[in-house]
Amino acid sequence: MITVRNLHKSFGKVEVLKGIDYYVEKGEKIVIVGPSGSGKSTFLRCLNLLEQPTSGEIWFDGELITDPRTNINKIREHMGMVFQNFNLFNNLTIMGNITLAPVKLKLMSQEEANETALKLLKRVNLTEKADAYPSQLSGGQRQRIAIVRSLAMNPKVMLFDEPTSALDPEMVGEVLDVMKELAESGMTMVVVTHEMGFAREVGSKVLFVDEGIIMEENTPSEFFANPKNPRLKDFLSKIL
Amino acid sequence: MNEWFADVAYKFQIAFLEGDRWKLYLSGLGVTLQVAVFAAVLGVAIGTIVALMKLSVRKNGKRSVFSVIAQIYIDIIRGTPSVLQLLIMWFIVMKGSKNGALIAILTFGINSGAYVSEIMRAGILAVDHGQMEAGRSLGLSKGQTMRYIILPQAIKNVLPPIGNEFIVLLKETAIVGYVSLSDLTRTASQVSSRTFEAFMPLIGAAIIYFIIIKILSKLIEKLERRLRKGDHR
Repeated sequence: MITVRNLHKSFGKVEVLKGIDYYVEKGEKIVIVGPSGSGKSTFLRCLNLLEQPTSGEIWFDGELITDPRTNINKIREHMGMVFQNFNLFNNLTIMGNITLAPVKLKLMSQEEANETALKLLKRVNLTEKADAYPSQLSGGQRQRIAIVRSLAMNPKVMLFDEPTSALDPEMVGEVLDVMKELAESGMTMVVVTHEMGFAREVGSKVLFVDEGIIMEENTPSEFFANPKNPRLKDFLSKIL
Repeated sequence: MNEWFADVAYKFQIAFLEGDRWKLYLSGLGVTLQVAVFAAVLGVAIGTIVALMKLSVRKNGKRSVFSVIAQIYIDIIRGTPSVLQLLIMWFIVMKGSKNGALIAILTFGINSGAYVSEIMRAGILAVDHGQMEAGRSLGLSKGQTMRYIILPQAIKNVLPPIGNEFIVLLKETAIVGYVSLSDLTRTASQVSSRTFEAFMPLIGAAIIYFIIIKILSKLIEKLERRLRKGDHR
């Protein structure tokens, strides 16, 4: 579904990604872990071109999205993204947040979008917040809404950029529950996170990214039980 | 004491009542408000467009040609006195037209646009970059995200300085007398030169400006409160 070939990304003189090759299959749940500054978030943000790669190719559903002639807006309609800081639209109600993109992109009428939004809100138990503004919600609620906002576009893949890192500890669980449910429904997911429990439980593959490359890739059980790379061993010993 | 009162009453009489002069002030105020309001609308429109121009970048991240044009416009307007701009418009640019009000509105609109654009630009930059990223990640274009997400938040941010700009503009229109437009200030000065009595007309005009601006600031305050309804309560 997503193919990454020899991906490089530099910010000025600093090379953050030094050649990443990867292939994500439909239905897979890829969990990316690594120390801060390793390039894992940059890698994720390259997948929907929020960061423009310096070189390399990214294919999505048979389309070369790094080609400047590709209409990236059309591609992004099929790639949901959830951010560390939620990034809900502060000027819109929850309903407005969820329905804006489908309606403005003419994928649904306002009525259809409202209906979809209410269904999704029910799924995350936030129906009563439909007319609230983001500032009136807790962090955990905001992140659940952010997930729902992406789902309203009916995406083929969901990208998560440290979705629980900005949350108070007691709110992490409610967001992870939504993500687990999403995983069970068969959604293809790429998740950058520090939640090792989630990686172990939900991931179909776990990647260790450090110094701009994928240092290790394995199934969760092998990844945590038998780490091979010394840097990964060191990393795991620090966080587990 | 009685004499003093009689003197004040007489001065008031010749400044405002004789020959229905109060009507002159009223029509002067009308001219002032007309020029200020239309110029403000024009200024906000120009300012928003110029702010977006100045923020525009080329694909490689460098300044666009629009950005350079916007900067030149801002530099010229801010670098020259508004009285001169008004005279240039009157005697050179729109030489053929004798429509003083139109010339004043255009001049002040273009002038205000330069200041508003910098206010708007600051307001746009103050909106968290994550808002743009979230919009783009959903498939919205840069323009759509700007229009539906960034600008509404930016406008809320800049309401206090925009209100301030409008107040400055309203008072700055006092120079339209240069193009023989009879606004409030010019009316007061004309009355005083006719009656040889400066105190009442000038202080009177000052009080009228003061009251109008007081009302205006209250209105802006109210609008600001209404727009903040989505914020922390």
